[in-house]
Amino acid sequence: MVENRPLATFFAHLVLIIGVVIVTFPILFTLLASTYDSSDVASGKVGLLPGGMGLENYWLALTAGARTTAQNPAAQMLLNSAIMAVTIAVGKIIISLLSAYAVVYFRFPGRMLCFWAIFLTLMLPVEVRILPTYKVIADLRMLDSYAGLTIPLIASATATLLFRQFFMTVPPELVEAAKIDGAGPLKFFRDILLPLSVTNIAALFVILFIYGWNQYLWPLLITTSGDMDTVVIGMKKMIGGDDAQTDWGIVMATTVLAMLPPIAVIVIMQRWFVKGLVDQEK
Amino acid sequence: MTPASSAKAPFQNKLLPLMLLLPQLLITLVFFYWPSVQAVQQSLYIEDPFGLSSEFAGLANFTALFKDARYVDAFLRSLFFSAAVAGISLSLSLLLAVCADRVVRGATAYKTLLLLPYAIAPALAGITWMFVVHPSIGIVGRAFIAMGIEWNYLLNGNQAMGLVIFAAAWKQISYNFIFFLAGLQSIPQSLMEAAAIDGAGPAKRFRDIVFPLLSPTAFFLLVVNIVYAFFETFGVIHAVTSGGPSKSTEILVYKVYSDGVVGLDIGGSAAQSVILMVIVIALTFVQFRYVERKVHY
Repeated sequence: MVENRPLATFFAHLVLIIGVVIVTFPILFTLLASTYDSSDVASGKVGLLPGGMGLENYWLALTAGARTTAQNPAAQMLLNSAIMAVTIAVGKIIISLLSAYAVVYFRFPGRMLCFWAIFLTLMLPVEVRILPTYKVIADLRMLDSYAGLTIPLIASATATLLFRQFFMTVPPELVEAAKIDGAGPLKFFRDILLPLSVTNIAALFVILFIYGWNQYLWPLLITTSGDMDTVVIGMKKMIGGDDAQTDWGIVMATTVLAMLPPIAVIVIMQRWFVKGLVDQEK
Repeated sequence: MTPASSAKAPFQNKLLPLMLLLPQLLITLVFFYWPSVQAVQQSLYIEDPFGLSSEFAGLANFTALFKDARYVDAFLRSLFFSAAVAGISLSLSLLLAVCADRVVRGATAYKTLLLLPYAIAPALAGITWMFVVHPSIGIVGRAFIAMGIEWNYLLNGNQAMGLVIFAAAWKQISYNFIFFLAGLQSIPQSLMEAAAIDGAGPAKRFRDIVFPLLSPTAFFLLVVNIVYAFFETFGVIHAVTSGGPSKSTEILVYKVYSDGVVGLDIGGSAAQSVILMVIVIALTFVQFRYVERKVHY
């Protein structure tokens, strides 16, 4: 703030408060609705105070699922989402660390080709190659499996670029010193480079966990059996029917459960999250 | 974007780096390049609906697309959708970032809360807003009806479009906000103070100093938002409207899915994929051109 203008500061607060209300509104509404009985939700009785059905709704959502649409309990779907998100995040970090290390610390024939091959995948999101990718997964018998849900998404141009960028800022003296001390390339990687990369890894993990948790088109294509549903896909299936018949209380509770893990990750790891996001685009 | 080439290689091994790159290269070849090549190839063939035979057709699939009024509609609709999503999201986030840059008290709380939409999957962003404006269960939807508005996004195409645009823009606010705020905070305070001493008020300072210095960030975000609106909003459309009512929210990425996976039109869907591919390549190119310029600047 350059000069003190109480009126401008007041307006800034006003705009921020309105902004926060808009931004949190659908989340709060869903949270409130999840504490009401299904028929109360259906008849529009959800107000600005919580109802009394919270515990029942969450318990039913976790253990049984919506009663009207034959869905799985949310516990299974949350587990699927967690497996998918963690595997994708960890997998992307590992193979990107290895790739970036190879590209920065070695000179070998085909190095540039490898680099560009990874980089250009930025331009080939799933959305532009839906059917043929589906066919590859089907041919490899990876439909309806955790492997099919995760492995094809593990390649990562952005994570590789990020680690490459970071490795290039590591002083070359470190490598020289390690070599003089007799460390080979794998020892240098494990004992020096990896510990230096910890904050970058944490920042990236937050972004990638959310990316994996929130996948939609991919699980929609790859899984058909109900017990492989991620929670986001399961949500969509729960609301697909007649509105009056929908088990709204359970639907709302499941929505909250689906939003909770990524929200928790962002709130708890906020500093790393912002760093990860901003670094990724450098 | 090229790896540092001047530095001498620290390690001399030739085989080890290839082994390190192998997992990533294998995945990109099998799941990225191979299907993409197939998409391009399929776009040049016409296959009968049973998949028994296919015939080389040149660009026939492409010309057929642009003669198809439904495709042209979806194309124009996507342009409108992306412009609306990017415009709404960018302007709201800029406003919020300017305010957040100004306040001291409560700044952390505001920031944390404004980051929340980033955590929400696009499909859930759509679904939760749908709850809010639902004509029978939603608090806002019921208020609309109480005010005498004929509100039903399940029947009214414009209302459905409004809903998906708003939900998609909402989801992107956090991302834009973070970058705008980082951009604002990197503007040297001394510059603003100097301008203030010279008698420039907040509005003039914003126009003459902040806006020009923020424009690279804004341009970068514009490209990111367009890519987002074109591709990552599939979940919003699929979960909320399924392209309806009567195709009024069918954007390109939804159409390529419904024609290919649901309609099983291999050649036509592949041609649509190739057109989308050209769009991503163009946008990515623009984005990295800009990054290069930022480096030299």
